[in-house]
Amino acid sequence: MSRPCPLPAQRPQTLDEIDRRIVVATQAGLPLVPEPWAEVAARVGVPVAEVLRRVRRMQRRGAIRRVALVPNHYALGFRANGMSVWDVPDERVGELGRRVAALPFVSHCYQRPRHLPEWPYNLFAMVHGRTREEVEAKVAEIAALLGEADRGHRVLYSRRLLKKTGLRLRPARGAPGT
Amino acid sequence: MPAAPELDALDRAIVNRLQAGVPVVERPFAALAAELGTDEETLIARLRALAERGLVDRVGPMYRAEAMGGDVTLAAMRVPPERLEEVAARVNAYAEVAHNYERDDEFNLWFVVAVERPEDVGRVLAAIERETGLRVYDFPKLREFCLGLRLEV
Repeated sequence: MSRPCPLPAQRPQTLDEIDRRIVVATQAGLPLVPEPWAEVAARVGVPVAEVLRRVRRMQRRGAIRRVALVPNHYALGFRANGMSVWDVPDERVGELGRRVAALPFVSHCYQRPRHLPEWPYNLFAMVHGRTREEVEAKVAEIAALLGEADRGHRVLYSRRLLKKTGLRLRPARGAPGT
Repeated sequence: MPAAPELDALDRAIVNRLQAGVPVVERPFAALAAELGTDEETLIARLRALAERGLVDRVGPMYRAEAMGGDVTLAAMRVPPERLEEVAARVNAYAEVAHNYERDDEFNLWFVVAVERPEDVGRVLAAIERETGLRVYDFPKLREFCLGLRLEV
């Protein structure tokens, strides 16, 4: 079930005008109809085959992480969200990050910089659970997987969502449907 | 706390399967319905109901700001508790701030900054530091690790 998620090899070129229109037409989700891309194509003003070709190209280049269903964790009953942060040796972070990311309950997994001395953690893994106890059990699983590479960790539970708008590209000037 | 929502076996199979990916083809739901042992019309009706109930945010492409010529970072602040509301309001006032969470930690404010021009990340973080007089810690991703199975409902 694990799918490759192509990562951009280098900073890709800026999207062209038609790509941007496709982003604007789909960033809030596809229409839930039998031929969703045909509706997108009509809004963008190009044939559906071209939309499909461009979307696949954006996937290959990593501009699209994946095309998938985005669940609302909170509404689905996963009320506890813990950002677990780990101090692991830099030379092992690649190998360990891949193994942590493969755990079914990890929804994001990144290497990020330390800010010494107050922030020694370089591996971030978001863990969702129905309760805080469930998150704690999952964090213990990560700790067991990391073994002695875990030189220290913390779990930061969310207390309150203060804003959630998501990334939004503004429609280009003069684009159709804007 | 309200109980977890009612989902029947087909709803669960849909949420679990479609998190892994939706094929980029003219009739994606027909292909997926066959795999799930249902039909296209039923699958679409279920997805609409899940979206209406707020259980599914959307179905579609997940874009990476940094791969579209923009940039995105995670930033954190250590805000004195008595200033949290004021500082959160100042941070949220920036359109570039996409998400903002209060977290149970000394580092208690965590927000995502997404911009269309990479140079704007530094500008936004510096402006927040100036306005609040508090340090903003920048945590750009150095590496992204690919995920395995998604959340099982």
